[in-house]
Amino acid sequence: MDWFEILWTTSFWVAAVRIATPLILGTLGELVCERAGVLNLGIEGIMTLGAMAGWMSVFMGADLWTGVILAAIVGALMGALHSMLTVSLGLSQHVTGIGITLLASSITYYIYRMVLPEVTSPPRIEAFTNYPIPLLSKIPWIGEALFNQSPLTYLAFILVIIVGILLYRTPLGLAVRTTGENPSAVEAQGMSVIGIRTGAVMFGSALMAIAGAFLTMSAFNAFFFNMINGRGWICIALVVFASWHPGKALFGALLFAAFDAYQMRLQQVIGSAIPYQVFLMLPYLLSIVALILISRRVAIPQALMIPYRKGER
Amino acid sequence: MRLEPRTEVSLSRFIFAPIVAVITSLLLCSGLIIWSGASVLEAYWMMLTGSIGSAFALAETLSRATPLIFTGLAAAVAFRARFWNIGAEGQLYAGALMVTFLGTGDMNIHGILLPTILFIGSFTAGSLWLFVPSLIKVKFQVDEVVTTLLLNFVMLLLVSLLLEGPLKDPMGLGWPQGAPVLESAELPRLFQGLRVHAGLIIAIILAIVIWQFQIRTTLGYEMKAVGFSRDASQFAGMRVGKILLITAFVSGGLAGLAGYSEVTGLKGNLTLDLSPGFGYTGIVVAMLAQLHPLGVVGSAFFVACIFVGADAMSRSVGVPNYIADVVVASSLLCMLVSMLQVKYRIRWK
Repeated sequence: MDWFEILWTTSFWVAAVRIATPLILGTLGELVCERAGVLNLGIEGIMTLGAMAGWMSVFMGADLWTGVILAAIVGALMGALHSMLTVSLGLSQHVTGIGITLLASSITYYIYRMVLPEVTSPPRIEAFTNYPIPLLSKIPWIGEALFNQSPLTYLAFILVIIVGILLYRTPLGLAVRTTGENPSAVEAQGMSVIGIRTGAVMFGSALMAIAGAFLTMSAFNAFFFNMINGRGWICIALVVFASWHPGKALFGALLFAAFDAYQMRLQQVIGSAIPYQVFLMLPYLLSIVALILISRRVAIPQALMIPYRKGER
Repeated sequence: MRLEPRTEVSLSRFIFAPIVAVITSLLLCSGLIIWSGASVLEAYWMMLTGSIGSAFALAETLSRATPLIFTGLAAAVAFRARFWNIGAEGQLYAGALMVTFLGTGDMNIHGILLPTILFIGSFTAGSLWLFVPSLIKVKFQVDEVVTTLLLNFVMLLLVSLLLEGPLKDPMGLGWPQGAPVLESAELPRLFQGLRVHAGLIIAIILAIVIWQFQIRTTLGYEMKAVGFSRDASQFAGMRVGKILLITAFVSGGLAGLAGYSEVTGLKGNLTLDLSPGFGYTGIVVAMLAQLHPLGVVGSAFFVACIFVGADAMSRSVGVPNYIADVVVASSLLCMLVSMLQVKYRIRWK
């Protein structure tokens, strides 16, 4: 197979959409937080916790969708902790976020070891299987990639639309966006900045946890240590790349995932002429390059990272 | 919930803040210990005796504290200027890589020269690894948190690449590990048969030097001012970009020295598991120390106690040793709240 022919294979596009799914969910979650003015660096840890929580509930006997909901709930709880510290108390969003990541991932590993003290190879669950959508999945080429995927992938696409509509077409969305731009204006309307930010961070964190759960409940069927492997940080870069817009976030995540899927296949084509680590570095380097390229024209929410205290300017 | 600024900041509150934070954190984590079925008091007692209960344990704790002082200082210097260097992990490996580049193989440099070269080399390597994101920050206003974090992953892959390729130890029985550093480059052990080494002395001296630098020099003051307010510093005629770059240079270099000290003092060669997250733990160390260089020495010792003690506790009462990471992470969050309490009164209404 040629390096160019890869692009014409169905399996490449199927893989790209699959790899994109956790990135779409995570980016969307981070985007909602940041639109309300809160940087959530807890994402990496919340994804880890969500991955374990979803998987563990199914392992304990819950059905798959209950697992997803439980993952979302623990994610939202971590979000509540993050917003209590950064929104209610106005602490540094950078340091708190790192703290949440450290706390969430260490608690995850602790719980995993408590429940499964002796295991060496991680136990497996019956994960989500692909659900082909009738008729649509029969469309040549894109049908297989877009309409024969895990239900969680469809959920990710639907959530992009829902979040887009909520943010741009409803009073609630207007309130969230204004909170990220000019919190005093929101307070002047008689709404609570603290309340809106807390809600946004909890909702966003729930999405991050589902992003993690996708990895253990659909992409793989087991939980591994360090399985998030920087995906959370890449989501944060993608939010900037997407200029805080859900549609562009979807596009960015797909583009990134396509690149990732491509490099994996290219590795096999090229063989060992170039060390595999070079290919693995590319996604991280690409994110940094994207941040530089986009930096000239970002429309960063004006109140991002600025804690709001009533009556203070 | 409402915050009221305190009219005066009392010294006792300032000093008790970390102690209160740590006690709160230990209380919170005892829930997890109870879940494991162990007795909380026995578990914490094991932690204490396992970390400082014997000369051997104490030496182990001190050797674990050594890299944490370096990475803690790296974070403290950067955070003081509100430059969020989360990439100490990568910079540590950059320093360790440089030590492997320069300090292994056949060489005939004697005396103090080789250690000096390695010291400067690893400092520079760490600095340069952080220089990339800090330049991107100053030139393009790209938030340094994400770039420094992503570069950690790049550095680990680079180390893996080099250890499987050009830097692989031919005598390493096929393991991806670097060749051992030359004997003349090794940092001496402080006591016969114990793992604590001269890196600890270097770390403490550096902490004192940085402390003096911060309170006695103009640049040290400017770094603080830049952290307090970018705009005000600019207005006062400081060159904010340049000051940030210098801050990054020092911070990255300190993290690079952690790699130097670990390779030449403790491990003897570079492996992929040289650092179990020292870079990230350094952030906690710096925050517990309220970013004070001398405080870093104390808080690094405390955090090392938690880690070494947790290993002992896990062996004797069967609590998974991930409890250490939980205690350290929750100490960080408790510390943030505790530091806020120093300046504000939190009113629940």
